[in-house]
Amino acid sequence: MTEKQQIVELRTAPHLRQAPSVDQIMRNVVYALLPVCAFAVFQFGLSALALILVVTLACVGTEQLFCRLSDKPTTVGDFSAVITGMLLALTLPPGFPLWMAAVAGFVGIALAKVMFGGIGFNVFNPALVGRAFVQAAFPVAITTWTPAFAPGRFTEFIPTTWTLPFVQPESVSTWVKNVAVDGFSGATPLALQKFGDATHAHINIDHADLFLGMTAGSSGETSALLILLCGAYLAVRRMMDWRIPAAMLLGAFLTSGSFFLLDNQAYPTPLFTLLSGGMMLGAVFMASDMVASPTTPLGVWVYGILIGFMTVIIRLFGGLPEGVMYAILFGNAAAPLIGAFTQPRVYGTGRNKATKP
Amino acid sequence: MGMMQLFGFGKATFSHGIHPPEYKAVTEQKSIRRLAFAPEMILPLSQHFGAPSIPVVHVGQEVVRGELVARADGFMSVPLHAPATGKIKSIGLMPTARGPKAPAIVLKLYSGVSQEVLYSSDQNIADMSQQAIIQAVKDTGMVGLGGASFPTHVKMTVPDGQKIEVVMANGCECEPYLTTDHRVMMEYSMDLFTGIRVAMQATGAGRAIIGIEDNKPDVIEALRKACPADGSVTVGVMKTKYPQGAEKMMIKALLGREVPSGGYPSAVGVSMYNVATLSQLGALLPQGHGLIERVITVSGPGIEKPGNYLVALGTPLRHVLEQLGFQGDARELIMGGPMMGVSVASLDVPVTKGVSGILVLTEESMSKQIPKKVWPCIRCAHCVQACPIHLNPSELGMLAAKRQYETMEKRYHLNDCFECGCCTYVCPSGIPLVQYFRIAKAINRENRERAAV
Repeated sequence: MTEKQQIVELRTAPHLRQAPSVDQIMRNVVYALLPVCAFAVFQFGLSALALILVVTLACVGTEQLFCRLSDKPTTVGDFSAVITGMLLALTLPPGFPLWMAAVAGFVGIALAKVMFGGIGFNVFNPALVGRAFVQAAFPVAITTWTPAFAPGRFTEFIPTTWTLPFVQPESVSTWVKNVAVDGFSGATPLALQKFGDATHAHINIDHADLFLGMTAGSSGETSALLILLCGAYLAVRRMMDWRIPAAMLLGAFLTSGSFFLLDNQAYPTPLFTLLSGGMMLGAVFMASDMVASPTTPLGVWVYGILIGFMTVIIRLFGGLPEGVMYAILFGNAAAPLIGAFTQPRVYGTGRNKATKP
Repeated sequence: MGMMQLFGFGKATFSHGIHPPEYKAVTEQKSIRRLAFAPEMILPLSQHFGAPSIPVVHVGQEVVRGELVARADGFMSVPLHAPATGKIKSIGLMPTARGPKAPAIVLKLYSGVSQEVLYSSDQNIADMSQQAIIQAVKDTGMVGLGGASFPTHVKMTVPDGQKIEVVMANGCECEPYLTTDHRVMMEYSMDLFTGIRVAMQATGAGRAIIGIEDNKPDVIEALRKACPADGSVTVGVMKTKYPQGAEKMMIKALLGREVPSGGYPSAVGVSMYNVATLSQLGALLPQGHGLIERVITVSGPGIEKPGNYLVALGTPLRHVLEQLGFQGDARELIMGGPMMGVSVASLDVPVTKGVSGILVLTEESMSKQIPKKVWPCIRCAHCVQACPIHLNPSELGMLAAKRQYETMEKRYHLNDCFECGCCTYVCPSGIPLVQYFRIAKAINRENRERAAV
């Protein structure tokens, strides 16, 4: 052999790797969220579209800003900020003032993600931290619901959308009265269930409507069917751990089922619990956030069931109609502890001899 | 294979593990062929786990193929034999696959000699005592040919207070690309059965199982037919999954037993050998020959004539590649399989007892494999679901990044990791987890040694 300089690489085993990388996973989550966003726009019109775009831009912009401030290479390319933005927008009411939405995006990324060290280090789901912040800061705006399928939704915005910063949003009640079909109130099924005694007559919500997403609610949380389909896409591609949504829905079903059996007049049916509010969106896209959930096989079940349980408890006994957000944040906080106590049994070690933290 | 696996539900296996692409079709039906001798052979004195052999020849001495050139240094060591007839050219430091240079005997071949093995002493194994067999095995210089290079006679020595019930012949060959065990089982099956008898006799085991993955149906059928009628040797079929060939995984799959953490298979009554080891033993022992050649798979997109070759131990990589039409287009040269093998930097590295294959990976085939970038761990837990030992590589990796090596060992069972590489294979963040663990183990070992001084 003619002695030619060979340039070979020296690498450590294994020399084979499996395909999907972090950015590929994140991109696929974005793909999976697109149909949900599209349905939100279809349902709530221009305002939902503007909301999704503004929040996503706010999140990506915030991440870019902090990367520049800290002289680090940009991390926007991994798409995780895009996911945070889309998810956050989907949990907000469709007519939520855009400037408040931008604040939510900024707080979510800055406080919950960048401050902790960026992707992989956040303790809490950034989208939910952003939402929790605006829930506390703007309690009225975040509970101002507008009806789905309002006529003219593709030509005009919901009046509150373009509220100027630091100005009280105008009341939407007159607007709602004008657009609402046959006296549809715009209240969400959960609010009806919790507070709807004398004032609202439409308490008999059809489960099929809930499943398909024909009701009012946050922009992207209404269609259980669509969310499940998009989640299934991710689960099949192994880009989401199906056990977490399954555990959360199981936990919620068992908890609400027990209460329903105790008193079927006072408490909603378990099916209603699963299909209403942010349960599906939370279970499929937020509780399953890899970074903020435990890694152990037993841990993910404990974590999911705990979130499902907490959601129902907050819904039934808390001051708010919806409990998914706080339940998931609670679950995020408990995740390291759950992980520490559920380390897998190592091959060749005694049964149940899990290492104590 | 999809349907097979669908219906193969409930077939013997272990939990977790991965399914890398196999790349075996290229070579699995190619019969074993002998490779020409290289003009010069390099014989490292440490081709096995344990103390290096001690040379018994001097520079300039003429040796005959099969002659002893280095003796074992104590119990945890094996002797070394001349792979060809020639003259000792030098004894000194030579490059090795592991990196640093190590002592080796360099042998210059005589061209035009018949290369017959002239040293032999027939032995009747059936009449030999356990002790005599173990000594005879040691004299062949046999080590585990699957890659671990653990001296075979040490494995055959049953620790006090333990009893070996079953001998397992490991024919899983779960590493992608490699097909040597496949061909050895097909072509040297009589030697394999002889080797199994030797192992059973040495350990006092009453039965033996040949463990094979279900991606080798031809071997399963052939060996089932060849098994003795008394049922003392059976074939155990397992699902194709990496790392099924790891001894702990195979024992779990076929016997449902778990080797205790930190222990050896003998603790659960098992003594396991690679099929290549046993078939070589079956061929060498009756004649009292030493181990001087082995079968390797040479494969990968950068090689013109991939196949399974019988190669004299000590043949330099350069010679093997020259013979098989290597065009100089290589991005990575690997000795062993792609999951656990080592990439080498020098073409002067020889084929040693533990080398089961040589892979030539090209630029094209590599581009997909190299992670573009390393992200922080996103705690996706893919590694947790892949680890066959049920460790938590994600947690271990984070501890390694913080240099908490002792915590890794004490709380997270670092030392149970046998470095199969599943965690690194599935990591979407491209974190070289298994390399972190190798480093952590090495540092812990150093610290312990320092503390002991």
